[in-house]
Amino acid sequence: MTAEPAKAFEALEGQARDLVALFGEAGYEFVAPAIIQPASVFLDQIGEQVRARSYVFTDLAGEELCLRPDLTVPVSRLYLERHPRADEEARYCYNGPAFRFQPLGPSAVHPREFRQAGVECFGAREKAAADVEVLLLAVEAVRSAGLSEYKVCFGDIALFYALIDALDLPERWRLKLRHYFWRPPSFHSLVDRLAKGERVEPDRILSALGEKLAGKSQKEAEDIVSTYLEAQGVPISGNRSLREIAARLRDKAADLYADTLPREVATVIEYYLGVDAPPREAVDKVAMIAHGAGLDIDAALYAVAGRFDLLEQQGVDLSNATFTTEFGRKLEYYSGLVFQIEAPGMDQTEPVAGGGRYDNLLSALGAPHPVPAVGAAIHTERLLAAVGRTPS
Amino acid sequence: MSAPSLVIAVPSKGRLKEKAASLFKAAGFQLRVKGHERGYRGQLEGLPDVEVEYTSAAEIVHQLRSGRVHLGITGEDLVRESVHDVESHVEFLTPLNFGHADVIVAVPQCWLDVSRMADLEDVAEQFARGHGRGLRVATKYMNLTRRFFAQKGVTGYRIVESVGATEATPTIGTSELIVDITSTGTTLKANNLKVLEDGLILKSQAHLLAAKRAIWDGRANELRSAIFAALST
Repeated sequence: MTAEPAKAFEALEGQARDLVALFGEAGYEFVAPAIIQPASVFLDQIGEQVRARSYVFTDLAGEELCLRPDLTVPVSRLYLERHPRADEEARYCYNGPAFRFQPLGPSAVHPREFRQAGVECFGAREKAAADVEVLLLAVEAVRSAGLSEYKVCFGDIALFYALIDALDLPERWRLKLRHYFWRPPSFHSLVDRLAKGERVEPDRILSALGEKLAGKSQKEAEDIVSTYLEAQGVPISGNRSLREIAARLRDKAADLYADTLPREVATVIEYYLGVDAPPREAVDKVAMIAHGAGLDIDAALYAVAGRFDLLEQQGVDLSNATFTTEFGRKLEYYSGLVFQIEAPGMDQTEPVAGGGRYDNLLSALGAPHPVPAVGAAIHTERLLAAVGRTPS
Repeated sequence: MSAPSLVIAVPSKGRLKEKAASLFKAAGFQLRVKGHERGYRGQLEGLPDVEVEYTSAAEIVHQLRSGRVHLGITGEDLVRESVHDVESHVEFLTPLNFGHADVIVAVPQCWLDVSRMADLEDVAEQFARGHGRGLRVATKYMNLTRRFFAQKGVTGYRIVESVGATEATPTIGTSELIVDITSTGTTLKANNLKVLEDGLILKSQAHLLAAKRAIWDGRANELRSAIFAALST
């Protein structure tokens, strides 16, 4: 274990004070959520991979807890504690430690304990304005810390969803594509499979029921399934309902007889996911791909382009920025804009700041309705290293 | 008494203990408990410088990993579950043809739409839409489960640790599916569960194992060869 030199620690604290002061002036209230969080929140929202990257432990009472791996989820929980009806606009900022297990061992750029300073904006209805507000604040934060050169990398999850919505596809495939988007290795093989029309060999049950179920309504399918189960003497047990089981069986039966995903559609998806260019150029490329395929995703594209307009008007230099359609496919709770700020000479996997829009997280955490939310976090150790600032 | 030349750890209770004892007996080495009959040390008759250590099956794995014992008898499932880098710590000398148990993935029988691992990712998607969370897999084999699911490309799940009566958790509602051991499948059936077609994670049985980190001098190697030869015939 490497102890932290006192000087670096003081420099970090100094930087953090300045960042929090900046956020405060921008109208963000300082909050300090708990460091120890229930593990289930992270495991349910992010998945089992959390365990491989976090300090998850069971306490003496048998409760599964973790040292927070980031601050977005804890601050979201804090918002819900204060506003259980999720009916208020709130802007919070924070500065505090977060913890991640580093499989290759902790290092200066991948420390196991690091300090995140950031902002989260909840309930702001003007989404484009809130996106820009948060992004500007993140840029301003790294600038004010002394980072004069930086590169912003953008992505937008909503644009991908818009594309998938515009495609002529059965709904069951749309849902699959949305889900597998977050699982890049499986995503490509799914698109391939749908395009090649490699039918999955039906299993015993699908062979017996497939023909009966094809083209049936949900209600009829449920009847067929429950009759079959009764005849086999199998009770409905567990948390999945008859409705869910029948619905998926119906989808599987439909796949047995469905046409394949047209090659052009698969190509459109792949072309889209290959776009990686400066923002304006990227928007043009996506527009060309969409128009070429006769797809209307103009509304989503205007939103993306409009955001860039606003940023430039505010003096953000986009000349060396990039827009990458694949960017942001790691954290499933993102739902719109995603971005990171990179410092010169530092690897893409070591951004000094990052953030995005996550409109689905709060309802998953228990909010009674979806809450628009966008935030940004500064990786303070990396920022300090990038600035190369020494305590004066 | 002088220090033993070789230490072998054997299960201290249950069927594994009996099976190990009869195996040694058949091989010509009667296993004797030292002191009173519930003691935790024993001897192999005819091999006076071998010490037998009776301990729990799970503990044997730890002893082998650290090299505190030379040889051990325990289930492959426990070794693969609890030793991170198996190959550099433990050598599988020979399967012993008892303690058979399959580590498997099982789901409720009523899941007519699920027969293979690939189905689980689709079910996870549907489940998350309806329930706001991923699937829960109850198991005591956290590492085997994580590795197997990753290999099969299943990600939309989380593990809930279960140390007993795992097979009842889907019905109770604390999990959606399980990873557990089964030998005959009776318990699974009684709990209305079925094994996925490609859901066999490991066909486990008791093995004679050697600890790579133990001190292996000439005499220890001699004894290892003798015991290995006797048990593998």
